[in-house]
Amino acid sequence: MTAYRIQGATGEWEVVIGLEVHAQVTSSAKLFSGAATAFGAEPNTQVSLIDAAMPGMLPVPNRECIRQAVRTGIAINAQINKWSRFDRKNYFYADLPQGYQISQLYHPLVGEGSVEIAVDEKKPDETKTIGVERIHVEQDAGKLMHDQHPTMSYVDLNRSGVALMEIVSRPDMRSPAEAGAYLSKLRTILRYVGSCDGNMDQGSMRADVNVSVRRPGEPFGTRTETKNVNSVRFVMQAIEYEANRQVDVLEGGGKIVQETRLFDPDSGTTRSMRSKEDAHDYRYFPDPDLLPLELTDAFIEDCRASLPELPDAKRHRYETVLGLSSYNAGVLTAEVETARWFEKLLAESARRQGKSESDVARQASNWLTSELFGVLNKLGKNLEDSPVSPEAGAELLALVGDGTISGSIAKQVLEKMLETGDAPGSIVEREGLKQTTDTGAIEAAVDAVLAANADKVAQYKGGKEALFGFFVGQTMKAMQGKGNPQLVNQVLKDKLA
Amino acid sequence: MTNLTEFGIAAIRDGVVRGDFTATEVAQAFNAAVAEANPALNAFIVTTPDHALAAAAKVDSARAAGEELGKLAGVPIGMKDLFATEGVQTTAASHILEGFEPQYESTVSRKLWEAGAGMLGKLNLDQFAMGSSNETSAFGNVISPWRRTGADGSVDTAPLAPGGSSGGSSSAVAARIAAAATGTDTGGSIRQPAAFTGISGIKPTYGRCSRWGIVAFASSLDQAGPMARDVRDCAIMLEAMAGFDPKDSTSLDMPVPEWDANLSDDLRGRKIGIPREYRIDGFNADVAKSWDDGIAWLKDAGAEIVDINLPHTRYALPTYYIIAPAEASSNLARYDGVRYGLRELPEGANLQEMYAATRAAGFGAEVKRRILIGTYVLSAGFYDAYYTQAQKVRTLISRDFMNAFDEVDVILTPTAPTSAFALGEKTSDPLEMYLNDVFSVPASLAGLPAMSVPAGLDRGGLPLGLHLIGRPFDEQGVLNAGLAIERRAGFSAKPAKWW
Amino acid sequence: MSVAPADVAKIASLARLKVTDAELEAMVPELNGILAWVEQLGEVDVTGIEPMTAVIPNTLRLRDDVVNADPLTGGDIRDKVLANAPVAEHGFFGVPKVIE
Ligand SMILES: [Mg+2]
Ligand SMILES: [Zn+2]
Repeated sequence: MTAYRIQGATGEWEVVIGLEVHAQVTSSAKLFSGAATAFGAEPNTQVSLIDAAMPGMLPVPNRECIRQAVRTGIAINAQINKWSRFDRKNYFYADLPQGYQISQLYHPLVGEGSVEIAVDEKKPDETKTIGVERIHVEQDAGKLMHDQHPTMSYVDLNRSGVALMEIVSRPDMRSPAEAGAYLSKLRTILRYVGSCDGNMDQGSMRADVNVSVRRPGEPFGTRTETKNVNSVRFVMQAIEYEANRQVDVLEGGGKIVQETRLFDPDSGTTRSMRSKEDAHDYRYFPDPDLLPLELTDAFIEDCRASLPELPDAKRHRYETVLGLSSYNAGVLTAEVETARWFEKLLAESARRQGKSESDVARQASNWLTSELFGVLNKLGKNLEDSPVSPEAGAELLALVGDGTISGSIAKQVLEKMLETGDAPGSIVEREGLKQTTDTGAIEAAVDAVLAANADKVAQYKGGKEALFGFFVGQTMKAMQGKGNPQLVNQVLKDKLA
Repeated sequence: MTNLTEFGIAAIRDGVVRGDFTATEVAQAFNAAVAEANPALNAFIVTTPDHALAAAAKVDSARAAGEELGKLAGVPIGMKDLFATEGVQTTAASHILEGFEPQYESTVSRKLWEAGAGMLGKLNLDQFAMGSSNETSAFGNVISPWRRTGADGSVDTAPLAPGGSSGGSSSAVAARIAAAATGTDTGGSIRQPAAFTGISGIKPTYGRCSRWGIVAFASSLDQAGPMARDVRDCAIMLEAMAGFDPKDSTSLDMPVPEWDANLSDDLRGRKIGIPREYRIDGFNADVAKSWDDGIAWLKDAGAEIVDINLPHTRYALPTYYIIAPAEASSNLARYDGVRYGLRELPEGANLQEMYAATRAAGFGAEVKRRILIGTYVLSAGFYDAYYTQAQKVRTLISRDFMNAFDEVDVILTPTAPTSAFALGEKTSDPLEMYLNDVFSVPASLAGLPAMSVPAGLDRGGLPLGLHLIGRPFDEQGVLNAGLAIERRAGFSAKPAKWW
Repeated sequence: MSVAPADVAKIASLARLKVTDAELEAMVPELNGILAWVEQLGEVDVTGIEPMTAVIPNTLRLRDDVVNADPLTGGDIRDKVLANAPVAEHGFFGVPKVIE
């Protein structure tokens, strides 16, 4: 793989990227209060006295949020710290009612871990390891609305106090594509674990993008942090823009200022953030309202035991145990829903066909990735809202497997299933789509085809053997695709001999 | 019938239970006393006579219905204005919270109402509990009911400090216009004002009383406790205030002992520690004498007196004046004019300017001073030198106590280095004011239960307190030693009514 | 370490306290007095001593993930949340317009 380089006027530049990903922890209630976390509620309805930082209000941590962060840590093979603490990060802003964010600076819950990425989707085996420095648990802030009133901003605290995991990577990425692959992979893992829904358009995952540039081989340059970028594409755009901007500044004789920047999705550019201009001094110190968080071995073991098979392991198993191509294994494991759907299809197929899962795996994976994805794509639907269930899919595959219908008839049946929602068996029955194994009927059809194409029969007999396929096609057409292909072949061979 | 305001908690409750008088009569008597005295003492920021009457009516009808009455049935108390009280202005004696009406009730006040107490009003205090003389309130100084007398018996009318920060509480209880009051103690705010006004007050083990709904000053130090006429009233009231609260992460998940039922002044087999280091330079002679008296009384009660060392105790005050302002600077960040309280919005000001203007207008000078100190010691480059160092010294101070408690059961010291001083006498130099808490702060840093009981009068006719510090969770040991002193000191002095 | 007026101005700005020049001048000696006094802690040997984390031995309890289990710590109380707001409109708190 060739390294990503920015061609400047004065030579090549390398870009160095680190991501701080804020992932909303999946929980019913907030990190330190009993208010709900659901998306899209009326303003300030999911706000407790604690979230509004009323005088005398105190935080009590939600076990589920801690559990999810620990599970996430285990999923990226990270160190789980049995002793951690919450610290206060002090600053003033209207979305931060307490005047501090409860976070973890000095002793995070999760330490060093890593994520494997494949930069090229087509080459899933070419991987790179991105280091994760830590995962800490912290409170989300509220939301400010600037466009509702001519002179005021409106404050909605519904998000205030929702639990976040901040997943801090090492500055290990060297191209927008690597950063995109890392963020996608992280999202996949979180969704497998179930610790974050990964809905980036609802803000459930946002990345602070740290970018610097340097001459290849030189020490790190000064970085900027572009805040709250909320899609994989935007992250890649922001890096591309920011790296090129920095190269321009440096080549123009300027210096990079360590600063916070904002990404504008409309223009794909970044700009300095005015509201956070003043020199930050967050005065972190341990939150005196909370005691140290001490985890037992049993708690951590429960977290570990509750983890599902994770994407890398699953992909590996699909390749080695199920014998799938690495491409198919990659596609089927990229989204936890796809893998779940596929495994249902697989189990049901094996059951119906009385075979082992590995014996039906290729059939099922090929049908899912080429047939079903194709038609869903045309319909603009996802697997989650597929009108065909894994059970119905397995029934269809079983009909092919036992020779009741041919592969091409199966395509027709799938179309009908999508149209009518009926089960494949009843469609085949109703439409009379069963394969014909009746040799009499096949012989009659072959006779008719040969009689109608006497000239071609002569050519064939004269040595133009390529015409055999033509006779097969004509016979199948005459039989509306229902002739058993082996029998059709056999009868034709006999009659043309 | 005796004036009902002469009664404390146990006497009122027992009288109501027996039917000697009704809770309503008690509430009326105290409401009248408050109305009469408050213009002079300024102990209450707001009075709530209706709250007291409603609580009394409930007790009277419960009694009429033959229901079992609570520990504080019919007892009208004052509530330090640091406790959130639903629908009743709660200010922390700061302009920044003026007009703030909480939509919730603090855990401690709720428990008190459930025990049958009623509220006479919200008691004045040092602003955000920062002060030792009740001179930092935005609602004016509280005046102690006590007055200094000359050797010739002449009365000096110069207004005296009731101590602080629970100065409204101490003044009201000493003046007999509240049967008892809540206090909060961060570095001595229950004990020092109790000592200044000749009443009793106990700060329980950190975590005994829920902090939920109490305006925070320094979270790792703040504890609520009772201020009352005598040791037994303190025991009864603390039983009602204490208890596990799942809403407070630092709350102790332990049953509340029966402190009242287990009161005993028999100290045979008990060891009392006397820390050498507390005999500070320029020790006040009257205070020294009262300490010696205390030692003699405890011996008389059967205790063995043991000299102990608390070598790091001399660092307690500077440690406290790093940790408490640091926590306060963060705890008080929420007062920003956005969601409640004062908003100061100069023409054309942006959000950050609104914050700065609001906080400048809303906070008093001492609060600002402590916010600045706290901000400074936490700021980049200084955090380790100040804050981390202070937390390490705090570990050493706490360890000193634990070592001492290997040898002794309770520690006896004076509560404050002097008796009450005149208002204005110590306001020019903040450090001089801070020194008032030199004896009370070490126990706060270590989270230990500690109480002040009246021990006698100094040569100016002003009360002096003795201070008892116990092991974690051993409020009983502290109360029992306090009771032994109370019984032997025979303290019965009361301020002459001049208001 | 002692502070100069510029330091106090910086701290006051961090703490969002507007101070006049006269107040600033007055604060400098006061703060320096307090800082000089607390700095005596520097003489304590704290080798091998851990900073205090919990004043009374106690561990952090975790609560169950239940919405509105206790009305005092739950949501759906917008009226109460906004009751004391200096400016509340359409269910929001209002603040001077912020330009990010
Ligand atoms: Mg960040
Ligand atoms: Zn964060």
